[in-house]
Amino acid sequence: MGELNKNNINELVAIAQNPKESVAKAINDTGKKAVGCFPIYTPDEAIYALGLLPVGMWGGPVKGNLADKYLQTFCCSIMKANTEQALLGDYDLLSAVLVTSFCDTLKCIIEDWKVAVPYLHIVPIVYPQNRKTPSGRAYLKAEIERVSAQLEQVVGRKPYTEADLSAAVDLYDEYRAASQDFVKAVSEKPGLLTASERHNVIKAAYFMDKADYTPKLKAITEEIKKADAPDAKNLTKVVVSGIINEPDGLLDIFDETGFTIVGDDLAQETRQFRTIAPKVGTGIERMVERIALQDGCAFLYDDKKLRGQMIIDLVKKTGADAVFFNQLKFCDPEEFDWPIIKKELEAAKIPTLYIETEQQMDSFEQTRTRLQAFAEII
Amino acid sequence: MEANMTSKEMLNSLLAAHYENAEKAHEEGKLVAWCTSISPQELLETMGIYAVYPENHAAAIGARKQAPDFINYSESNGYSVDLCSYARVNLAYMDILQSEAGNIPKPDLIWCCSNICNTVLKWYEDIAKELDIPMIVFDTPFNHSYEVTDQNVQYIKGQLLEAIDKLEEITGKKFDYDKFHEIMDISRETSIWWKKASLTARAKPSPLDGFELFNYMATIVCMRGTKEGRDLYKLWYEELTEKAEKGLGPWKANKETGIIPEEKYRVMWDGIACWPYLGVTYKTLKKYGINMVTSTYPDSWYIVYETGDLDGMAKCYSSNYVNRSLDFGINNVVNIVNDFSLDGIVFHSNRSCKLMDFRQFEVQRQVEARTGVPSIIFDGDQTDPRAFNEAQFETRVQALVEMMEARKGK
Repeated sequence: MGELNKNNINELVAIAQNPKESVAKAINDTGKKAVGCFPIYTPDEAIYALGLLPVGMWGGPVKGNLADKYLQTFCCSIMKANTEQALLGDYDLLSAVLVTSFCDTLKCIIEDWKVAVPYLHIVPIVYPQNRKTPSGRAYLKAEIERVSAQLEQVVGRKPYTEADLSAAVDLYDEYRAASQDFVKAVSEKPGLLTASERHNVIKAAYFMDKADYTPKLKAITEEIKKADAPDAKNLTKVVVSGIINEPDGLLDIFDETGFTIVGDDLAQETRQFRTIAPKVGTGIERMVERIALQDGCAFLYDDKKLRGQMIIDLVKKTGADAVFFNQLKFCDPEEFDWPIIKKELEAAKIPTLYIETEQQMDSFEQTRTRLQAFAEII
Repeated sequence: MEANMTSKEMLNSLLAAHYENAEKAHEEGKLVAWCTSISPQELLETMGIYAVYPENHAAAIGARKQAPDFINYSESNGYSVDLCSYARVNLAYMDILQSEAGNIPKPDLIWCCSNICNTVLKWYEDIAKELDIPMIVFDTPFNHSYEVTDQNVQYIKGQLLEAIDKLEEITGKKFDYDKFHEIMDISRETSIWWKKASLTARAKPSPLDGFELFNYMATIVCMRGTKEGRDLYKLWYEELTEKAEKGLGPWKANKETGIIPEEKYRVMWDGIACWPYLGVTYKTLKKYGINMVTSTYPDSWYIVYETGDLDGMAKCYSSNYVNRSLDFGINNVVNIVNDFSLDGIVFHSNRSCKLMDFRQFEVQRQVEARTGVPSIIFDGDQTDPRAFNEAQFETRVQALVEMMEARKGK
């Protein structure tokens, strides 16, 4: 036991905070071509098996008005930011971009980008909403194969073998398991990492080869396990829910107001690694099965709406005092989940703070006041 | 149905009967399904499940200017002001179950097809959860390629077959394929008469006042699989054809002056109506001699496939224009402009419908470049009255008139 050396953490934080430079470095280090991957889920294992580098595209703090040519003001800020960056030419290092269609906004983005950014190779991908049925499973398998074939053509790659794909699924599951260990270790020592450190360590995975990222993450987890737990009696432990918990300025307020994140249900964070593929079957069957098993996500049809109960379970498991629901403005799927979650959290008597944010916000005074007031009532 | 009824009388009578019969079915213990507006109702009707349509119902509540009561209720339950207002109306109605615009009984089953948006998946998921009832989803993947691919067709066909199994399980009855084919026949014929009636607006002047399309839409949604629905659209077609043959335009003579207003300009309306301002939008356009002759609605319910052909059925339900690529959408509007000899286009930037909105700017640019036809975009909403501004609408319409006039002068 001893004080935590944050060198490894700081390295990943820097990677997450400088996406373009980090991706350029990853391309250089691995010799691979990079493929941009839109939220929420993409078949990264298949991309990886093709010898390519999947890179996350979850918006950013960019402001501007280029995207206004295509999108009204009431569009989600991740999509506005991605479109703005695409129009600025920021994605020129990507050899292709996989655009998903998990919501109505995304469906339009693919179509707009075909016209707006001819310099990019856009590859659309549609995940089935009936993902647990035989027809849905067959469709997803066909869709992953179609997308893989399109990528082969666009980027000029040979098809992957079954061994390539299975190895990629294994590598991704190792990354997912390591990420689960990381968030667990963080939750067991509240206050050891800042909100921003926790977020950025997880986020760095989007801009690195998983073969490089996973050992670094494992090392950090080991260091956390060995470090002294700080005195956390004055801290309020929270579980964060929503699509994304950004920007960094917002995260700093968590620390300033005495909140520490012990768990999350965020689309950008835990939902990416919460479900691990079963070990049986071919690579593609394991990928399909993983999506079938992925519950509690606003973007995947779930008539049982398990998400609220899953958040309650997470609160119990982590010993959290409260839930912070970060509603990214204009994100319909999340907005439809919230009233049900709210009801369930109220019934479970879990204090909850609901805040609407935009990725580009730069004034946090109101959020600070609300967090301070919230801390007082808990 | 009484003889010598006009189609308008028939429409009103059928709508009243639709709502009454739904209540009756519910009281008699029959199953009632809440369905999305372009869903494969053929399966439900085969099984004797009464289909009602929350979108229709929300639109009727909107047109009655009663939406704010429902919207406020949903918002107080945590539903965001930025969500689809049909959903906000309906998720409140689910609890309140009482409206001046008529009532639909509580559902026993949810029937949801994503060909109109992913929003319905989330909205209906909430109903299924709150009422603890089964939900059947037809997921129609967005068509990023120009044509509907076989991969998509096979997935949707698979879902149709899986839905039949589920319905058999829920009702405890065997699926009757003879009845299914009969309903397919009727549904197809109804769709054809609906389209034929709407195409009469190609005549100059148009015998059809396009706002009538908004009214007649209610029954194409809820009565496509019925003989009465089919007969209604056939009658409507005959009335419009007769008017066109006589060279009659959309409007009747002014009661005071006896003058028949002239159809000076012909436009299409892109998007859903502003139900709370139906009168305002109608009168403003008419004031400037603008007839909204068509919209994207006629094709939305043109669901025509051979009886018994499940591949064709799957393809049709995937083919709705909002589920199609940008290129398809642009070609669709360009064809409408040419087919209906349009002078302009009115685009409704509808706060409720992101799927329609977020391609609208590019559609507008490309259609204008290809046809030279001017257009305007105005802000509004399908049922939430707060998003529409009467003065803004009229100013935009005036601008459109100026552009259309300038083009005519060229």
